Amino acid sequence: MEHFDPLFRRESGRMVAVLTRVFGVHNLALAEDVVQDAFCRALEVWPFRGMPDDPSAWLMTTAKHRALDVLRRERTVRNFAPELSHLLDSEWTLVPTLDQAFVSPAIQDDLLRMMFSCCHPRLKEEAQVALVLHILCGFSVGEIAGAFVASHAAIEKRLTRAKKVLAESHRLFDVTRADEFSARLPAVHRALYLLFNEGYHGASPESAVRAELCGEAMRLAALLRDHPLGATPASHALSALMCLHAARLPARVDTAGELHSLFEQDRSRWDRALIAEGQRLLDLSATGPDLTEYHLEAAIAWVHATASRTEDTNWERIVSLYDMLLATRPSPVVALNRAIAVAERDGPAEGLREIRSIPDLERLASYPFFPAAVGELEIRMGRPAAAREHFETALRLARSPMERRFLEQRMAACKLNETQVIP
Amino acid sequence: MNQYLFLYRGAERPTSPQDAQQVMQKWITWLEDLSKKGHLQDRGLPLEPTGKVVTGTQRTITDGPFAEAKDIVGGFSIVQAEDLAHAAELSKGCPVFERNGYVEVRPIMKM
Amino acid sequence: MSEFVFLYRPPQGPSLSPEELAAVMPKWMSWMKQLDENGHLTAAGNPLERTGKIVKGRGKAVTDGPFAETKDLVNGFSLIRAKDLNQAAELAKGCPMLERGGAVEVRPVMQI
Repeated sequence: MEHFDPLFRRESGRMVAVLTRVFGVHNLALAEDVVQDAFCRALEVWPFRGMPDDPSAWLMTTAKHRALDVLRRERTVRNFAPELSHLLDSEWTLVPTLDQAFVSPAIQDDLLRMMFSCCHPRLKEEAQVALVLHILCGFSVGEIAGAFVASHAAIEKRLTRAKKVLAESHRLFDVTRADEFSARLPAVHRALYLLFNEGYHGASPESAVRAELCGEAMRLAALLRDHPLGATPASHALSALMCLHAARLPARVDTAGELHSLFEQDRSRWDRALIAEGQRLLDLSATGPDLTEYHLEAAIAWVHATASRTEDTNWERIVSLYDMLLATRPSPVVALNRAIAVAERDGPAEGLREIRSIPDLERLASYPFFPAAVGELEIRMGRPAAAREHFETALRLARSPMERRFLEQRMAACKLNETQVIP
Repeated sequence: MNQYLFLYRGAERPTSPQDAQQVMQKWITWLEDLSKKGHLQDRGLPLEPTGKVVTGTQRTITDGPFAEAKDIVGGFSIVQAEDLAHAAELSKGCPVFERNGYVEVRPIMKM
Repeated sequence: MSEFVFLYRPPQGPSLSPEELAAVMPKWMSWMKQLDENGHLTAAGNPLERTGKIVKGRGKAVTDGPFAETKDLVNGFSLIRAKDLNQAAELAKGCPMLERGGAVEVRPVMQI
């Protein structure tokens, strides 16, 4: 089944999580088969009997009954979850064990177990993110390929390998062991951050898909915070940063699908509720000595979110936050964003100076917003011809029709300025 | 395929170590045969003739009796069969019959 | 630790209705979970249907049975680990069926 309604995507994640808990992580494929069966059954039955009042519950119950059949049929030939094997082997305890596994609080725990299991240290970050999207969020291979602008074959291969690693990990991650939990938490944060980032900055042409990725990342980050061990300052900072960025989405990409930079966004379209939530989470994140990159990025987003107009932005604060961020996580993109902030604070010449002194500049070679930023500064320096060259470079690097249109529009603005230059 | 319990009842106990050896060999052969044919779910266990009984709401513990000698459970196995009749057929090769015992065949209940 | 088998012998009378069964299952579940947590449960075993066949005699005749009136009707079993027979018998006291009567036969597994 390639296309699920978002409701069913979520249900798919829940079902796979609880079934993997019962069957054991080595039987991940069997768990996925049972979920497929449940959806097939829905497709067979619902057209005739109509949608049930509670489709989620219907799907869960169907998955449970199917699991029961599978357990009875397969228990002679395979092992299931080692911690449950005694209870699953006996008719005294088989049904009650399943009943207990399929209740809501148990499922929440299973989702978290699965999330942590997906962030396996043997997997590259991009594989972890793909696994989370596929298993927990119920995205199909095709949907992930579309979201990441990668080939179907590449994602398929990535997922097959990742699932193999997961299946070979012997047991699902134990979310009750505080030491192991803390050890893996940074990887989980990073995976959720990357997932959100793919949605916010990603190159997929469909804004609805990108918004969904942001939504899923936020949902999973909230799930993490719900767990006592997961409610750390860093988790709150990560959620804050997601809320404060997501708040800008309605203005960042307008209803016509056009991209708007932070400087030109209609701030009246920013989501006030999300900003308030982001602020609340940012406050909660300040309850310890930790100052992670998420804290800093959230703080930067907060400075933007609380400026009612671009002109009111506290660029001084933003530059110093970027200074701290560069110290924690040096990267050319962060340095570029800092340079743009410096330009706002000190003028375009300073900004250009900062850009030229970015270390590892060549890593930005395929990033369209690097030449675009230089172009913007050249316009402000009164050099539209130079600006146009940079925008042409940027246009060649554009990754989607939306980015292309944005850059074309900036180039048109240059031409306008060009014709206005007094010789 | 369904699961059935074989309760081996009333068999006379071996009279000597050699007798015991022979009996055991017959059991092994029969169980292996069942296993090869895909019918043996669990070889089960033989039981000592001793034991205790915990009875009633008072939960009094006594040394027995368990049942009349001819009905005492000496062991059990779990088999897989098409249905109860098939399971009963499968039991006929059991060495218990040579010791004046019998087999009680019971379906395992799916709760 | 030694191995023991519990043979459950229900109280005389009709078997439990589905509602009564549903009410009693959580008690079995929690008793067995406790046995498992304390390292006493080798295998929870299985409940048995009331029906069955008896295969008996030189001719290996197959007849219906046992019947409800049978004195030592077995309706389930479990495999237990305990220090000795006395401890095993003590553990058997926790069986939820005993609340209604009946008996639990505790037999040591023969070590071959």
